[in-house]
Amino acid sequence: MKKFLRHFALMFGAAPQKPEAADVTPAGKALMKFKKTPEQVKLRKELIAHEHEHPVYSSKWKYRRWVSIILLNLLFIISYWFDVQLVEGALTASRFVGFHMADLNGALQVMLAYKEVMLNLVIGTVTVVLAWWFVGGRAFCSWICPYHLLAEWAEWLHLKLVAMGWAKDHPFHRSLRAVLWFAFLALALVTGYTVFEFVNPVGIVSRALIYGPTIALLWVLFLLGIEVFYSRRFWCRYVCPIGLSYGITGAVSPLQVEYNLEKCLHEGECRKVCLVPHVLEVTKMGYASDAFEYIGADCTRCGMCIDACPQNALRFKLRGLDKII
Amino acid sequence: MTDDRKPETPVKPVPEAAPKVRVSSRELEKRRMFLRSIGAGITVVGLSLVGFFPIIKRLFNRLRPPGALIEQKFLAACIKCGQCVQVCPVEAIKLADGDEGFGLGVPYIDARQQACDFSCDAVQCVLACPTGALTHEIAKKEEVRMGLARLARPDACLAMRGEGFKGLARGAAFTGLHRYVEVDRWTPIRIADHSYDLELCDLCVRECPITGAISLQPVSAHAGDKRRMPVVTSACVGCGACEMMCPAEPAAIVVDPKILKERTA
Repeated sequence: MKKFLRHFALMFGAAPQKPEAADVTPAGKALMKFKKTPEQVKLRKELIAHEHEHPVYSSKWKYRRWVSIILLNLLFIISYWFDVQLVEGALTASRFVGFHMADLNGALQVMLAYKEVMLNLVIGTVTVVLAWWFVGGRAFCSWICPYHLLAEWAEWLHLKLVAMGWAKDHPFHRSLRAVLWFAFLALALVTGYTVFEFVNPVGIVSRALIYGPTIALLWVLFLLGIEVFYSRRFWCRYVCPIGLSYGITGAVSPLQVEYNLEKCLHEGECRKVCLVPHVLEVTKMGYASDAFEYIGADCTRCGMCIDACPQNALRFKLRGLDKII
Repeated sequence: MTDDRKPETPVKPVPEAAPKVRVSSRELEKRRMFLRSIGAGITVVGLSLVGFFPIIKRLFNRLRPPGALIEQKFLAACIKCGQCVQVCPVEAIKLADGDEGFGLGVPYIDARQQACDFSCDAVQCVLACPTGALTHEIAKKEEVRMGLARLARPDACLAMRGEGFKGLARGAAFTGLHRYVEVDRWTPIRIADHSYDLELCDLCVRECPITGAISLQPVSAHAGDKRRMPVVTSACVGCGACEMMCPAEPAAIVVDPKILKERTA
């Protein structure tokens, strides 16, 4: 429970903390002690040196995700243009083979602004909550969201520019997203308009893909410009309330990225590629409280850390599956 | 962002004995990040509120699809998904762009380009709407109240001038569709593929999908007076078929969207 609350606080902007000694399990303590013995420290250094000589790159999960994002959004487009009626609508709300789906954050905005709730919207929201609870909440971000893909490419460019010294990342306080999440819900309630939808790049991109380009895309371009030149993954990291809504949904998801303390060399390769590196603070020396840890609520299950880790210390895991079979 | 900005950020208490307040670069960076975050938050919320501008200024008076709630509630309830766009057989429904503020992604109908002619028979857009922004309280076309037709330019009206009409209502290049029951009960065809030869133009009455919504009435008691006036009754649903059909340019008969009535009410 304590761990769950910590994950939750982390998602709302709290700083990562080393666990208190009392919260570390005996297995965790023993492993940590073992890792600090001189032989182990020496061995770890050797292993890291070896890695640097023979670097291993993997893009397995990245390309799987890209295929997923492109295919799903293509499905929306094809459904409309060729009248296949597989997925009608856009990412804000749709019908998947006739079954209602509603974007959680969009549905919340509508309910608060309109102050009446239609049964269809309830069905759609519950369906989406259940589905995304299962696959891990923010998996929506990295496996479905078309803005995420654009932002990933912008991030690639940003990192190139940073490496050349032409740009610098300007981080923001992560609690900004939580503040904005509440602010937009309050705005919907008070003004009676779905204020957030006016600046929501996910809706704008999704609709533009399906119904044709709009001038609203200029706003998306502007955001991408900020992410290329000023702040790495600005929107997804510090603003997007949709991400937080899905994060809450998947806080206790069965699908998790699992961290194996024993295998980890604590180099931080995973944190370098992560969209939400605070969830990977657990991989720092002394931050894990058990031999195995789940990465937590804010994780988008993108698998980039799994790709990046040279020691396979991170992997996807379906929680509780080992207990069933 | 130097030392003179200090009061705005929480500063760790410094022992009184300390001769100088030295702020570490790390602490400075933290303060900058804090200020930057406040700035970004205010900017994002500020920009989102720009969406109020076209609403308050009443820049757009859109004809909304059948069953739309009153404008403010409609904008609130619409989840901007476009499912209504997808089911419309004549593709009458379009989604508004960012210049319409909170109307971004909200459906409207440009009746002159493509009116709603109820080709779907059962107000499909209403059935498709997942949030009830197009209210499910209506089930047939006669219950729709999108607006009201009005003879805006009587001088341009052919019937008012007692003239007939021959040819294509909107020219050969017009892409609009209409369902002609006598041609094909089920499939709408291009208006440009259907020519007329009328002794007296009655296109607005002839192609109106609602019974008793509009009729031609004599202008004078004189028996030899061929002139007729299109008269709209309260049965009119505001679908815009008459506006789309009207051969005058610009249309002699137009639909006033419901929103105009809401504002005067």
